[in-house]
Amino acid sequence: MLRKVVTEVIALLSDGFDRTDPVVDRLFPDAYPQDPGDAADFRRYTEGDLKSSKIDQAGAILAALPSTGGGEVRLDAEAAEAWLRALTDARLALGIRLEIEDQTDLEDELDDAVARDPTSQRVFQLSVYAYLGYLQESLVDAISR
Amino acid sequence: MAAPQTVPVETPDIDEAPAADRPWITVVHNDPVNLMSYVTWVFQKLFGYSRDKAEKLMLDVHHKGRAVVSSGMRERMEYDASRLHSYGLWATIEQP
Repeated sequence: MLRKVVTEVIALLSDGFDRTDPVVDRLFPDAYPQDPGDAADFRRYTEGDLKSSKIDQAGAILAALPSTGGGEVRLDAEAAEAWLRALTDARLALGIRLEIEDQTDLEDELDDAVARDPTSQRVFQLSVYAYLGYLQESLVDAISR
Repeated sequence: MAAPQTVPVETPDIDEAPAADRPWITVVHNDPVNLMSYVTWVFQKLFGYSRDKAEKLMLDVHHKGRAVVSSGMRERMEYDASRLHSYGLWATIEQP
């Protein structure tokens, strides 16, 4: 599940890189919303590095996951930080696809989606989104001690 | 943490300071996805802020929609914004 989401993020950042995609727009925000010229300059200088660091950190998750699916993953501090950044990208991407807003109550959203169709893609994605949030919260907690 | 650059007190009107001398700021905007604990951790990690200061900034972002997280030379703000982007935070640069 995690592998699938992270692989999708990598695809979005490499082959499918499309500035008009709202997910790309969120992962690579406009640094100068008031000034298109400055914004373009900033992008020219930073976008390449930002893109490769996002692909690398997503790759760090894929590399750490056991290929069989189950089992235990242990992370040192550096890997945990790469995971935190990559989980953020995955959650931002899913959050936009799921139209998560400030006032969104995830449990209500999930209940509604299950009531409509328990086998829907939305039910699956909402569950993944909630799980990644839980995973990230636990990681932040562990690394902040 | 570096002290923010400010216009000298004796300058009568801030608008008269040459544009290049006025400090720039990095602003972080609220988003519905990032966890409060994560945003606090990022501020501590990137700027070396205390937990209290990082938490206060995070709450400003959360409640007011935005917070100024650093100020100074333009190049430095661009560096800060690009680091914030690599952590998935929505950061912009302004010269107020």
